[in-house]
Amino acid sequence: MKQDLRRLTRAAGTRLHHFHGGLRLRHHKQQSCRLPVARPPLPSRLTVPLQQHAGETVAACVQPGQRVLKGDLIGDGECQRGVNVHAPTSGHVEAVSQHLLGHPSGLAGPCVVIRPDGADQWRARQPLDDWQSLAGSELVQAICQAGIVGLGGAVFPTHRKMHHGQAARIHTLILNGAECEPFISCDEMLMREQPRKILAGARVLQHAIGAERTVIAIEDQMGAVREALEAAIAEPGAAAIDLVCVPAIYPEGGERQLIQVLTGQEVPSGGYPSDIGLLCQNVATAAAVADAILEDRPLLERYVTVTGSGVREPRNVLALVGTPIADLIEFCGGYAPDAARLVIGGPMMGYSLDSDAHPVVKATNCVLVLCHDEIASPQPEMPCIRCGECARVCPAQLLPQQLHWQIRNGLWEDAGASGLRDCIECGCCDFVCPSHIPLAQWFRHGKGELRARRRQQLAADHARERYLTREARLARQQAERAERMAQKKRALRDDAARQRKVAAAIGRAARKRSADSEPEPGP
Amino acid sequence: MNRQLATGAAPHIPPSVTVAGTMRQVLYALVPGIFAATWYFGPGVLVQILLASVFALAFEWLMLKLRKRDLRLFLTDGSALVTGVLFALCVPPLAPWWISLVAMLFAVVFAKHLYGGLGHNIFNPAMVGYAVVLISFPQEMTQWLLPRPLAPGAPGLLETLGIILGGAAPAGWDAISGATPLDSLKTGIDSGRIVPEIRLAAVFGDFGGLGWEWIANWYALGGLYLLYRRIISWHVPAAVVGSVVLLSLPAWLLDPGSNPAPLQHVFSGALVLGAFFIATDPVSGCASNRGRLWFGAGVGLITLAIRRWGGYPDGVAFAVLLMNMAAPLIDRYTRPRIYGQ
Repeated sequence: MKQDLRRLTRAAGTRLHHFHGGLRLRHHKQQSCRLPVARPPLPSRLTVPLQQHAGETVAACVQPGQRVLKGDLIGDGECQRGVNVHAPTSGHVEAVSQHLLGHPSGLAGPCVVIRPDGADQWRARQPLDDWQSLAGSELVQAICQAGIVGLGGAVFPTHRKMHHGQAARIHTLILNGAECEPFISCDEMLMREQPRKILAGARVLQHAIGAERTVIAIEDQMGAVREALEAAIAEPGAAAIDLVCVPAIYPEGGERQLIQVLTGQEVPSGGYPSDIGLLCQNVATAAAVADAILEDRPLLERYVTVTGSGVREPRNVLALVGTPIADLIEFCGGYAPDAARLVIGGPMMGYSLDSDAHPVVKATNCVLVLCHDEIASPQPEMPCIRCGECARVCPAQLLPQQLHWQIRNGLWEDAGASGLRDCIECGCCDFVCPSHIPLAQWFRHGKGELRARRRQQLAADHARERYLTREARLARQQAERAERMAQKKRALRDDAARQRKVAAAIGRAARKRSADSEPEPGP
Repeated sequence: MNRQLATGAAPHIPPSVTVAGTMRQVLYALVPGIFAATWYFGPGVLVQILLASVFALAFEWLMLKLRKRDLRLFLTDGSALVTGVLFALCVPPLAPWWISLVAMLFAVVFAKHLYGGLGHNIFNPAMVGYAVVLISFPQEMTQWLLPRPLAPGAPGLLETLGIILGGAAPAGWDAISGATPLDSLKTGIDSGRIVPEIRLAAVFGDFGGLGWEWIANWYALGGLYLLYRRIISWHVPAAVVGSVVLLSLPAWLLDPGSNPAPLQHVFSGALVLGAFFIATDPVSGCASNRGRLWFGAGVGLITLAIRRWGGYPDGVAFAVLLMNMAAPLIDRYTRPRIYGQ
């Protein structure tokens, strides 16, 4: 079955397929694509969080007061579960302290605060010019050193994805340039301005995982991107790279949906694309890989779209990790008068922040400022009328209304069985709900609850197992003790019998002696 | 200077569709059918719509008040209005006013609010109201006006109001009322006459009942508008009409003497109205598309069975109510396959 799927996915991109549901949304992308990408001035302070993705917080390896150069390691993930963090520019470490993380949870976490010295001085760099002669594992190691994460939004550590892929024998690398959320255009601008870098990254990735070919997927409405990439592919050295235009339907940029469109096959539930011979990376991740391998530039800056009707001059910026969001908005002309909500990411899946003091992190693809009339709902929440629109647009082919009902009533097992874990939280169901039920929010809550319950279940199972093992051990020990006692008693009993025998023998001997001496006459 | 902003959950752009908007579209889609019905059966149709709407809204207001719900939000959601209008289109145009009162009492109070209000009713409220008055007051519910071409002396607006509100028996009632085409078919077949002979009667038109067939066509037009606006999916109407045609076709081919033609079935009674507007009620119907096909097919099958063997000339209302009961079970067995599973 899996082998069949692997064979079928080899034709990725040769024919386009459909995925279930989805929405044709207004793009709102042009407003941020008019101006070329620019680099905002160096901020007075950079606050670099030591946790850059959903994984672990890494340990700081610098001290306050220490001078760091651009690209110096400041947080060491040791290539395990954490991700390396580097100094975005040269300067002095002002503090290693707790700061708000710009995360919907509102939690604080350790950050390295750097005061730039303005020199932007690099550490010594050693590009791997001979990458073609290196083994895949060495390249993955270098990618890990550079602290690269998936830049499409999920921020999964790239080296872990590649470890996984190396073990699973990938035949096709898919570069995801289908930036399907409205407003976000950072990948689009990157592909327009840096097509060669993306292709170079594709070649490195393809070599590192041993894939046979690369498919770059872009949306069919990205005309300028298509021209730029086609021109770059036509240059020598870009063999085995195909460019595919996919129709712009949200959420086509979702890994699973894109794979379905390119191959007609589905990634098994609970599995990974590597199970069917594919590895999916964002185009910006590929560019970061090219930077890391060919120039020894770790991931310390990224393209960020600053857009929305709440920003005066929407555009894309090349921002250092740790730059306060307020600086980016100021660079883009500041807020419009009726700015009402600050969203990190797109309008469908992004999260809103309460303050613009939070820093840019590796995951920050878009800073979206929306106005009052854009976020105001024309109607409060009403009861579900079971119209079924949510099921029609659900790309995971779930029944959102049923899941919603199950979660509301705490039917967690039913919700799990109805596929709650397969929800990708795209928000399509929300967007078409005439009753304005915050379905995606319910599903995020429900998925969290399922995870917590799973953890609890595992802990309970573990405790029970431990208890049973202990009981068995105690019983065994008691049995052994009883056995030893019995043996001792037996031995004791044996002892007593022997003593009796000895005494009897002595008695017999004594009697014999007295019998022998009997004939002698007494004195 | 840092700025503080209010937060909210994704998606950050709210839906443009609303419950009230959906219901409004349903009402718009009924307009051509209402015009046609008024043309053939006189101003009584409009009076019934007005009466039922007023009663429906009044009961809705009362129940919202008793249940301490948001009056403005739920009174304007349009659901009670749709219930009233759909019911009014099923009653004889000259039925007395208290028919609507009783029907809306059962529709809005019993079928809707006692089950939990909007979105929680198991049965289609309009059809519950209709079934209650049909069973309780068979005489009032079966006296239909003849369509305009056959009843030149039909009452005007004032006279209609007098009949409906005052209970005055219309002058020359026998001349302007008569059995519906479905009724004639049923009594005709039961008395051993053959269908082509029964169809010679004046109440029959080209393929259905005179007047009825054209009203049905205009309902269908409204239904196509709802399909175009994606208010309903094609599954239920296609399954209702499809199952009626597929099931009545072999019977008609084998014995055209005692079985009406498929088109006669489709364009008689409330079938088209039911297929596009009643069986498509999302609340009491099936949620998945496969389930909707089964639901619609069930409605078609039961309607035909009641028309053929039942005690009533038409069976759409009962068919819908019976399938409402089956909907949760159908939903359970027609879950779509989840991505990747």
